[in-house]
Amino acid sequence: MSQKPPTYLGGEYGMRSWLLTLDHKRIALLYLLGVTFFFLLGGVFAVLVRLELLTPAGDLFQSETYNKLFTLHGVFMVFFFLIPGIPAVLGNFLLPLMIGAKDLAFPRINLLSWYIYMVGGLFTLYAMLAGGVDTGWTFYTPYSSTYANSHVIAAALGIFVSGFSSILTGVNFIATIHKLRAPGLSWFRLPLFVWAHYATSLIMVLGTPVVAITILLVAVERLFHVGLFDPALGGDPILFQHLFWFYSHPAVYIMILPAMGVISEVIACFSQKRIFGYKFVAFSSLAIAVLGFLVWGHHMFVSGQSLYAGVVFSLLSFLVAIPSAVKVFNWIATLYRGSISFEAPMLYALGFIGLFTIGGLTGLFLATLAVDVHVHDTYFVVAHFHFVMVGGTVMAYLAGLHFWWPKMLGRLYPETLARITAVIIFVGFNLTFLPQFVLGYLGMPRRYHVYPLEFQVLNVLSTAGASILGLGFAMTAVYLPWSLRYGKKATPNPFDARGLEWTTTSPPMAHNFEEVPVVSTEAYERDEPEVVHV
Amino acid sequence: MFQDFSLWPASASSNSGSIDALYLFLIGISVFFSLLIVTALLFFSVRYRRRPGHRAQQIEGSLPLELLWTGVPLVLCLFIFAWGTRLFYRTQTMPEEGMRFHVTGKQWMWKIRHPSGQSEINTLHLPVGQKILLTMISEDVIHSFFVPAFRVKKDVLPGMYSSLWFTPTQVGTYHLFCAEYCGTKHSEMGGQVIVMDPAEYQAWLDGRPSERNPLANGALLFQNLRCDTCHTPGPSARGPELAGRFGRDVTLSDGQTVRFDERYVRESVLEPAKRLSAGFQPLMPSYQGQIGESDILDLSAYLKSLRSSRSPQ
Repeated sequence: MSQKPPTYLGGEYGMRSWLLTLDHKRIALLYLLGVTFFFLLGGVFAVLVRLELLTPAGDLFQSETYNKLFTLHGVFMVFFFLIPGIPAVLGNFLLPLMIGAKDLAFPRINLLSWYIYMVGGLFTLYAMLAGGVDTGWTFYTPYSSTYANSHVIAAALGIFVSGFSSILTGVNFIATIHKLRAPGLSWFRLPLFVWAHYATSLIMVLGTPVVAITILLVAVERLFHVGLFDPALGGDPILFQHLFWFYSHPAVYIMILPAMGVISEVIACFSQKRIFGYKFVAFSSLAIAVLGFLVWGHHMFVSGQSLYAGVVFSLLSFLVAIPSAVKVFNWIATLYRGSISFEAPMLYALGFIGLFTIGGLTGLFLATLAVDVHVHDTYFVVAHFHFVMVGGTVMAYLAGLHFWWPKMLGRLYPETLARITAVIIFVGFNLTFLPQFVLGYLGMPRRYHVYPLEFQVLNVLSTAGASILGLGFAMTAVYLPWSLRYGKKATPNPFDARGLEWTTTSPPMAHNFEEVPVVSTEAYERDEPEVVHV
Repeated sequence: MFQDFSLWPASASSNSGSIDALYLFLIGISVFFSLLIVTALLFFSVRYRRRPGHRAQQIEGSLPLELLWTGVPLVLCLFIFAWGTRLFYRTQTMPEEGMRFHVTGKQWMWKIRHPSGQSEINTLHLPVGQKILLTMISEDVIHSFFVPAFRVKKDVLPGMYSSLWFTPTQVGTYHLFCAEYCGTKHSEMGGQVIVMDPAEYQAWLDGRPSERNPLANGALLFQNLRCDTCHTPGPSARGPELAGRFGRDVTLSDGQTVRFDERYVRESVLEPAKRLSAGFQPLMPSYQGQIGESDILDLSAYLKSLRSSRSPQ
């Protein structure tokens, strides 16, 4: 056996070697630190919000403080955790490994995008420390542009800056997937994780500039009183909503598509199967990316947009549900005649399927014009998007983090503890968010600091659930770092998975592979002889 | 804590039943598909669990199955879409006749003006069984008028009217909420909708301090703001005659036409030169800052009442 080159974690040491690194794997770990920090921050705000909602009266915080808390929860979770989360951490680490490349196409731009992300995040953090923002993460005008008495501009600039990080990451991924695939790795041999990230990158590149410009326009109106969105200045408040949702609805797919990519990988591995209907799963990602750009108006059914616009957006919103349904059915079909084992990543993935199904189905309620009128801006919506974002994206993020943890850091996480934690998170999640569907149909509006007494029972259940959920996250935050020192050393392929990333060492060497891999098999192909067609 | 606890909202308007029916249908569909997926997931998980001697069998895919699970959800979605859209169309199209209320939203209160002129804040008294038409506008940021028991909601915008209608069917007291986040006291911007027997409603109205009704107030404004100096009949008038114009189309100086409605009245009062009637000079001054939203609505009510002869009713 020839002498192994040092891993990417070894070789060079010291702050400098990390902060100036061009290695996509090290940059992924830098992102992991950033993303985890903002997730914990957003989580603390969520805890405070849920605590306040234990009682109908506003007894823990002033209304102003409460409004800042839910705004900061939304801003940090959406812009600094959910959007970069899976692509910038797992995508960054895995894309080159999965396609047999040494690095991303533009390593320097990759490092730059991390710095931009951190600057944006810290700028927003400054807005928070300087007094907070109380507009909600949606920044609706003219409240945000004229009336809000908080640090809107600082927060807006933070989001504006971090948008460039998204765009650069998207460009980098697209170029990498087009140009750096190993010999023999044709498009239809790519892991579905790569397809999902390709679709995500398209949205990042095409959508992000729109929200950046929109947020800039809010700042321009606030600073210079140029009439853009405030009718008192001659502007149009609905224009903002069109511009904002033109990005922010596709942004939902930036958050969920990579998650779907993770789920495909995990299910293929732990059922020891090829993904059923590979091409349908791959193309459904692209279908979601394209259709996702045409449904923004479903956020505005009661905003006074024309009735006919509402009808068109409703129809398109129903259509975007189809490719998601196709994915779910194909994952289930993949389990058929598999050899299924239930390590922590698989538990998260199975949890994802159940929760995402509920998240998706409740999306149909909101796409239905007449029903949306009643549930719009109520806790029904809050429950729906937390099912998709937490039940979907966060579950998939945890699935992926556990699945590739041995590959990324060379140590196994503690399996039993991780399984128990996955179950705790699943139970806590459901107890937190299922009652909110009921609350929503009862009519409790979102962003309410005080609420009528009859809603208290369901709110108490929700807060109880949140404490269980919080416990689950806290356990993860303890045992994963613990495993770095005390976890068992990982072999190159501890889960018997397929894919080029499992053919190199754990953790990989600086340039990923000793020699350029050549691919001659389909994605997820196993040695089992019979491939049957049904 | 368990006081008034319930899992289903009160159902008190002409909309409630039909929206609940569609909602229940959607719940049925969701439960069916969730159970289908979870059952399959659990069944396969047990049946095909990894154990000695058991091997996975590779299956590439199946076109008929793909078509099945694309087609069935698609057909179901189109069905739900059609149902929801029909109902939406019916509940969103404003009827011609009904009791017209004016609603003005501002941080953080609702001001409501009854057809007979009485006004109230954060409470809305209504007679049961009558068609209620609301014309709404905001004086600052976006609010949203939401009565869960009626299953109605509509954003209330600054600078633009929005409208809403429903028929209360159950006597009772219901929540009125603001559903669009509007700042510090957003969650306290609301109150009650009190639905009463028509006789009780009348008695309640009679007990309120009398205020000029919108029509009379509009007529008074029309004089006090000196609208009548230019908007008079005759060939030498400096402004178009307004009697009998409401609800018709107006030809503008650039040849386009616009419907003479509340929105056009409001715009013409605040920005008269923006869409000028054909054949007139832009002489009219803007009344921006001199007239409140509620008064503009009264002015519209008055103009609407003017038949083609000049004399007010």
